[in-house]
Amino acid sequence: MPDTDPIIRLSRVNKWFGHFHVLKDIDLDVARGERIVIAGPSGSGKSTLIRCVNRLEEHQEGTIVVDGVTLTDDVKAIEKIRREVGMVFQQFNLFPHLTVLENLLLAPHWVLGLPRAEAEERAVQQLKRVHIAEQASKYPGQLSGGQQQRVAIARAMCMRPRIMLFDEPTSALDPEMVKEVLDVMIELAEGGMTMLVVTHEMEFAKAVADRVVFMDQGQIVEQAPPGEFFANARHERSRAFLSKILG
Amino acid sequence: MRTDPPIPFEPLPSRAPPRAATGAVAWVRANLFDSPANAAMTLLFGGLLALALPPAVGWLFANAVWHADYAACRALERSGACWGFVAEKWRLILFGRYPYAEQWRPLAATAIVVAALVVTAFPACWRRWLAGLWGAALAGFFLLMSGGVFGLARIDTSMWGGLPLTVLLTVIGMGASIPVGILLALARRSDLPLLRALATLYIELVRGVPLITVLFTASFVFPLLLPQGVRFDVLTRITLGIVLFQAAYMAEVVRGGLQALPKGQYEAAAALGLSWWRTQQKVILPQALTLVIPSFVNSLLSTFMDTSLVTVVSMYDLTGSLRLALGDAQWRNFFLEGYLFVALIYFACCFAMSRYSHWLEHRLGRWTRR
Repeated sequence: MPDTDPIIRLSRVNKWFGHFHVLKDIDLDVARGERIVIAGPSGSGKSTLIRCVNRLEEHQEGTIVVDGVTLTDDVKAIEKIRREVGMVFQQFNLFPHLTVLENLLLAPHWVLGLPRAEAEERAVQQLKRVHIAEQASKYPGQLSGGQQQRVAIARAMCMRPRIMLFDEPTSALDPEMVKEVLDVMIELAEGGMTMLVVTHEMEFAKAVADRVVFMDQGQIVEQAPPGEFFANARHERSRAFLSKILG
Repeated sequence: MRTDPPIPFEPLPSRAPPRAATGAVAWVRANLFDSPANAAMTLLFGGLLALALPPAVGWLFANAVWHADYAACRALERSGACWGFVAEKWRLILFGRYPYAEQWRPLAATAIVVAALVVTAFPACWRRWLAGLWGAALAGFFLLMSGGVFGLARIDTSMWGGLPLTVLLTVIGMGASIPVGILLALARRSDLPLLRALATLYIELVRGVPLITVLFTASFVFPLLLPQGVRFDVLTRITLGIVLFQAAYMAEVVRGGLQALPKGQYEAAAALGLSWWRTQQKVILPQALTLVIPSFVNSLLSTFMDTSLVTVVSMYDLTGSLRLALGDAQWRNFFLEGYLFVALIYFACCFAMSRYSHWLEHRLGRWTRR
């Protein structure tokens, strides 16, 4: 029964930045279609954790298996994983010298080898999905932050990933634009995408997460379904965090 | 909970900006006399201009002799320019020692390369066929210049000189040093320590010596190191020397552009599964190179000027062939006119390149503006 296997499995993962021990004995299984929100104070290792999943960061101990592929130094394996794992960044990281459409075409054409017409069809479809098709010929610098982040989501989705990673996708946005991005993410979640989301948007966690993973100082402190986590966190550290951000 | 009806929001209409005082008088006041210091500067430089301009115009134009009349030039006693020297010697200055009867060949060859440059100037033409065009243009240049085929007399490269030589050294020096420089810059930022060390060593070594040393080495020392029987002509060696020298500077220019890009660009490309080369080709270099256009043009201009150093190894570029022209005892007193003529050619070329770079910066940098 391969479908019950976790799509991501982290076992005893440890990572250091120089002497700083940033991830400590992380164990985490993610099921297909599962939506996980990773919460915690800044510097707790949340971003580093999801960046290990597509090897933007290298872990030094433990194993990470993504969709049956174990992450090692093997460049081919890394490139295979990256084709299947999409990522959305806090700072959007769109390519400023390319138009919105060109941003979306780049990887399907040069990584998947799709002919231009087919890549374009995909791109237009994804732009519609994030409600921004009319901006296709603009440069990223001409768009608002919310629009840029939606383009970034569409860009990742053009690769038809099986997993999406979100690294604080709304933290760099003006308050008025947060909702338009979260709405797109909720639509993705409703479509059955496996999602790992680092965010401080607790309403989003309540609405779509299957599980909240709370981290502090490089450790997973506790994980629970959002209803349970918000109503009844078991750890003192989680309760202190919640009382600060929920007021 | 408020129950009273909300106050509707009515945006104020936009108004035109306040009318600034316009017209020539306002401009002069705002730009030339807006402070005592500025007013003093304006008067000082206005005065200097008034002193210098009339005699300069007189010498350059009004009193000048325009035809190749030596006696008339002598009779001027320096009260006017003797453009007769240029009228008499312009072909020697432009084409150097190239045989007089064959000088249509360097003219045509230069025209071919300049035409290729003009085509290259348009970003719309930056396609694969451009490489083919340059292959053809350079082949045409060398065929015309060297001859030996199609009934053209064979002319040795040692006879090449003047403007065609300057153009050739600049075009190849710049054209080849850009790709080599890009590779060096990427190597210097590589994750592979050995590659990084080699690139750094090369760049620092080359930047640590003057071009003149490189030219001497290429001209005199290099042949001694080659095995018996293997010979490159001096033009090839000099060109290679200029390319390898210029590449080190190009590498640093490119590195500056690479460093200006945020790490997020690399990460976004990596997260999409783009390979290292594709990332450089499609994401990093297009941005980095656009950012460094001003420095590129700076290097281009200095390469253009530096080609005049090849006279130290007995190659007669534009300045070298001018010196050949001044070798004529009769005219040697009119060196100032000769240098002004050559300076005018250099200036026209440099000014054109400078304007072009501004245009290109604007054209390619559209994405940097909001």
